[in-house]
Amino acid sequence: MAEIKVDVRGETCPVPLVEMRKALRKAALGDVLEIIGTHPASKKEIPMAADALSVKVLGVEQAGDEWVIRLQK
Amino acid sequence: MGEKATIIVHSGDMDKLYSALIVANGALAMGMEASLYFTFWGLLRLKKGGLEKGPLSKMHLLGLGKRMIKGRMDKTNVASLERLVADFKELGGKIIACEMTMEIMGIAPKDLDEGIIDAYGAVGTYIQEARDSSITLFI
Repeated sequence: MAEIKVDVRGETCPVPLVEMRKALRKAALGDVLEIIGTHPASKKEIPMAADALSVKVLGVEQAGDEWVIRLQK
Repeated sequence: MGEKATIIVHSGDMDKLYSALIVANGALAMGMEASLYFTFWGLLRLKKGGLEKGPLSKMHLLGLGKRMIKGRMDKTNVASLERLVADFKELGGKIIACEMTMEIMGIAPKDLDEGIIDAYGAVGTYIQEARDSSITLFI
C-alpha cells in the first residue's frame, strides 16, 4: 500500500481535480493519495469528486492558505 | 463510469475553447466519460499549431485584448490549452473532427493534429455520442 503525494499548490481550476484523477488512475487499490493545494474551490470539489468515484476521503485539513486532502482508493 | 458529457465545439474563440476543455476535463476528473466534437470554427483549432490561435470572443481589439487576458491568465497560473488537451487525452477523453467542415474548408486530415483525433465523423457520430450523455453542450 503506497502513499502518493500530489502537489498542486498554486494551480487553479481545473488542474487540481485533473491531477487528482490522474494520480488515482495510476494508484492501486488501497493506496493513499495526499493532495496538497491552495485553490479554494478544489478543497470542496476534490471530496465531491472522490464521492462520485467511490473513493474514501480520509481527511481534509486547512493550514493557512494550504489544504491537505487525503484519499484512499 | 457510465455517465458521459458530449460537447460540440463550434467556436474557435480562445475563451470558449477554455470553457469546453475545462468542463470536459472536470467531467473526466469526476468519473464521467467525455467527448468533444469539433466543428466549424472550432475545427480550425485542431489544425497543426492552431490550438492557441483563436481570438477572444469579446474585446479581442485586434489582439490587444487577447494579449492582456493571456497576461492575466499567466499571472493566475491558468493551464495552457495545450496542457488541457494533453490532460483530456490522458484521462481518456475522445476528440472527434467534423468531416463536413473539413470538406467545406478544404482541410485534409494531414492538415490537422492527427495524433489527438480519435475519430472523423458527421452528425450521426455526434448523436450516437450524445444519446447516452447526461451532459451535452454547444459551445
